[in-house]
This record gives sequence, C-alpha cells and structure tokens, in this order.
Amino acid sequence: MVVPYLLIFFIFVVYPVGYGLWLARHPDSYERLFADPIFYRTVINTLVFLVVGINIKMVIALMLSGFFVQKRWWISIISMIFILPWALPSIPTILSVRFMLNPEWGIINTQIFQLTGADGPNWLNDPVLALCLAMVMHIWKSLPFWTLILVAARLSIPGEQYEAASVDGATNWQKFRFITWPSMKTIYLTSTILSMIWTLGDFNSVYLLTGGGPADMTHVLATLGIRYLRLDQVDLAMASIVVAMPFVLPLVFFMMKRLSK
Amino acid sequence: MKKFTLKNIATEAKLLLIGIPLIIWTLIPVYHLFLFSISTKDSATSGHLWPVHPTLQNFEFVLMQKHFYLNYFWIQMWNSLFIALMVGFFTLLISTFAAFAISRLKVRGGRTVLNLALFTYFIPAAFLAVPMYKTMGQYGLLNNQLSLILAMITIASPYSIWVLKQASDKLPLELDEAARMDGATPMQLFRLVYLPLMVPSLVAVGTYSLLLAWNEYLYAFLLLSKEDSFTVGVALGNFLSADDSPWELLMTTGLIYALPPAAIYYTFKRYMVSGLTAGAVKS
Repeated sequence: MVVPYLLIFFIFVVYPVGYGLWLARHPDSYERLFADPIFYRTVINTLVFLVVGINIKMVIALMLSGFFVQKRWWISIISMIFILPWALPSIPTILSVRFMLNPEWGIINTQIFQLTGADGPNWLNDPVLALCLAMVMHIWKSLPFWTLILVAARLSIPGEQYEAASVDGATNWQKFRFITWPSMKTIYLTSTILSMIWTLGDFNSVYLLTGGGPADMTHVLATLGIRYLRLDQVDLAMASIVVAMPFVLPLVFFMMKRLSK
Repeated sequence: MKKFTLKNIATEAKLLLIGIPLIIWTLIPVYHLFLFSISTKDSATSGHLWPVHPTLQNFEFVLMQKHFYLNYFWIQMWNSLFIALMVGFFTLLISTFAAFAISRLKVRGGRTVLNLALFTYFIPAAFLAVPMYKTMGQYGLLNNQLSLILAMITIASPYSIWVLKQASDKLPLELDEAARMDGATPMQLFRLVYLPLMVPSLVAVGTYSLLLAWNEYLYAFLLLSKEDSFTVGVALGNFLSADDSPWELLMTTGLIYALPPAAIYYTFKRYMVSGLTAGAVKS
C-alpha cells in the first residue's frame, strides 16, 4: 500500500532531482553563474529576506499569539478574518497590492497626492523599497499560519502556572519570561527554521509583486531559478539551486530529526 | 461578568488597539480587490476609497466573457476545479494507503518511506519546480493538465502522509487486534475500522490538497501553456503581460477566483485548524 506513493516519489522527485543534478554537472555552469552580477544581488536579497523578513515575522507572530489567546468574543471574530490571507490564493491579493502601489494611478499615491499635493514614492521602482515591500507581502500572506501554530503552543501551557505566578505577584513580562518563553522556545525555533526553508521557495511574493525588477535587482533564489529556466539556461537554474544546498540540507536534516523523534 | 474597573477598561482598550489595526492590515488588499471589482476603470484609477457610481458591470463582463481576455473564463474555472478535485482525490487515496500501511500494518521500511516523504515536504517548492519542468518535458506531459495534477500530488502527499500517520498513531491498537481476532483481512480492517475513524483527518487533508492545487500559481504557469487549458490563476498572470489590460476586469476575475477557497476554508475550518497545526510542527 505504500507502492503508489513510492512510485510518485521516484518518478516525480528522485528522477527529476537526479536529472537536474546531472544538468548542473559542468564546473563551467558554476563559473558562469558566479560571473553573473545578478546572482550576487540575488544571494544578498535572499539572505535579507530570510534573516530580516522571517525574524520580524516570527516575532510579530509570537506577540500576536499572546493577543489571540485572550478570551473575548470579538477576538474570535478577528481571528476568523485574520486567517484569510492564508486561505486565499496568492495571485489576486498580490496583484491587488501591486495595483495599489502603481505610481501613477495606484490608490496609495493618488491618496497621497490628494492629501498633500505631493507625488508619492515610485514604490516598486526602487530596488530596496521593492524588496522591503515583497517582504511585507510575504509577511501578510504567511503571518496567520505561524501565529496559529504559536497560538496552539501557547494554549498547551497549563493555566495553573499563570495563576500561581499571579498569586506570587509576577508582572506580565515576568510571566512571559519565566513561563511562556521557556515552554515555547523550542517550537519557536523550529517554526523559524521551517519558515526559512519554505521561504526559500516563496516564488509568488517576489515574482508577482516586482517580477524581480527593477533591472533584476529584487530577485531571490526562487525567482532567479525560474528566470534562468525561462531564458533557456537550465544548467544555470540548477546550479543556482545546487549552490544553495549546503545551507538548505543541514536545516532540512535538523527538521527531520526534530519531527521524527 | 467582569467589573468595569479602570484597569479592565485599560486592558480592553489595549486589546482593541492591537485588534483594529490588525483587521485593517488583513483586509486592505482584499478590500482593494473588491473596490476595483465594483468600480469603473476611471473611478478605480483615480483614487476613490469608495466608487462614485458603484457598478456590477465588471461582474457581467467576466461572467458573460465579454472581453477577449476572458474568452476562456468558464473553461478556466472548470480547469481549476477539475485539477483541484483530481489532486484532492488522488492525494487522499495515496496518502491514506501509505499512512495506513506505515502506522497500522507496520510494513517493513515504513519508517524510511516516512522519512522520504518528510524530506520532500521540506524541499522548497520553487527548487523542485525547475527539474520537475524539465522531466515533465521528457515524459511528454508538458501542456497537458495531467502534468500539473501529478506535480501537485507530489507536493501535497508528503504532508498529507505525515498528518495522517500522526493521526493514525493515536487510534488504539486494540481495535485492530479485535478486528483481526474476528477474522478481518487488512483490507476489511482498512475499510470498516480505519477509514470511519479517520474521517476528521481525511477531511483536513482533502481540503488542504484541494486548496493547495486551486491556489497554485508557479507550477501551473510553468506546466500549462494553452489558454484553454490554463487555470484561472495562470490566466490572471497573463493579464499582466499587456500594457493596456483591463485592470478592473482582472481584479473582478481575481475576486471570483478567491471566493471558492475562502468558502471551502470556512466550511471545513474546524477540521483544518486542528488537523494541520497538529502536523506542521510538533511541540
């Protein structure tokens, strides 16, 4: 009964990966990759995305999880709405944001003009700003999921611990520092690592918002691979992925060890 | 009932101070989508927060396919639905078999299969897309919806196996023993004992893979290239390539495309949240 899955695994994972590695076997591909200035920019963008973007997202998720465990009828309604970005498809919502940011007729700049009489920034035409906005887009989309995970973790902490702490006169910060954080730090760390691995594969936030532009300055590894593929340079596409493997695989094995315990 | 002390009011105020911005932050892109869909093009691009003359004309244009960008709208909706249903069904089939065999029948090598699945689950999806696209070409499946269905099954099943395996482990082993004492074959055990008990997790996994396939953009846009075989998502992406695209129609189509997953999610929310957060990260 495991045969159907194994067939899928060998035909659509093992063979493609093996074939991909074979395509990227020539040292020449790597030389050309390293000679491509876009590649360096991409590596930096990817690192910023992972280190800055993900950590900001996880800290916000950790704080929001404290908000969502409060028992109020209106907080349950907010949590219903809050999950929406995660359930909706990326493309309409990201395009919606892209249109908002249009410098000439987007709603943000027309509002800025009506209120102040000045022209708003050319949002997606500035590489730094565009990358930041792609991170914001990513956070908008995946914050609900991670908040939900951390809410589940918070709810599994026994309430008596907090009651006992209250009796002893602990402040909110002390409760967080000595009860919440110790019981959540493992899952927080695991979530952060998992989110980093997955974000490497986040094609939509960057591609649909900036298309990698302006001038290919906002690519991340996920979009760069597809860009090479579209330019019919499959070996470069594969090489850019292979180069990331020494960083990805240790994280993947760490996660596998954590989960299969 | 809580007393209305100053301290309580301050706490509520602080909570509201988080809650209100949170709602606005979440809804802005969705509201903007909606705003476009009820505006004429002139109104939508002149910065009104609410249209001067709200109109349903855009919906009429989309649903009646009255623009050459929309010639295939209903076919594309059908494509999205068909692909999502196929992915949901086969993912469920494959992963239930695997989870049952690994967790209940304890087949040899089950542990290894689970690890292989987990490994696939952790590979960033965009990284697998490049080699997948090349191999689909070799298999002669490019431009064929089968390629997208198979690719999405490949991506959806590892997580499904993982979640279902976790859920199966929680069912008491005595059930299996009792059924076997009564002479049940493994197939009977599967059909009569296992499946009925697993319904909540099966609903969670089915919904998960259905939504994953319906919402997918990258693989759909790589693997499909004919307008009449596109999913709605790919068609939306194609609007972007033209300079004079009818933005208001694009946004209306996008809103219609976003409604079914939202409806499905809220219908099965109860199963989704517990099933999926339990499997995602073990605490």
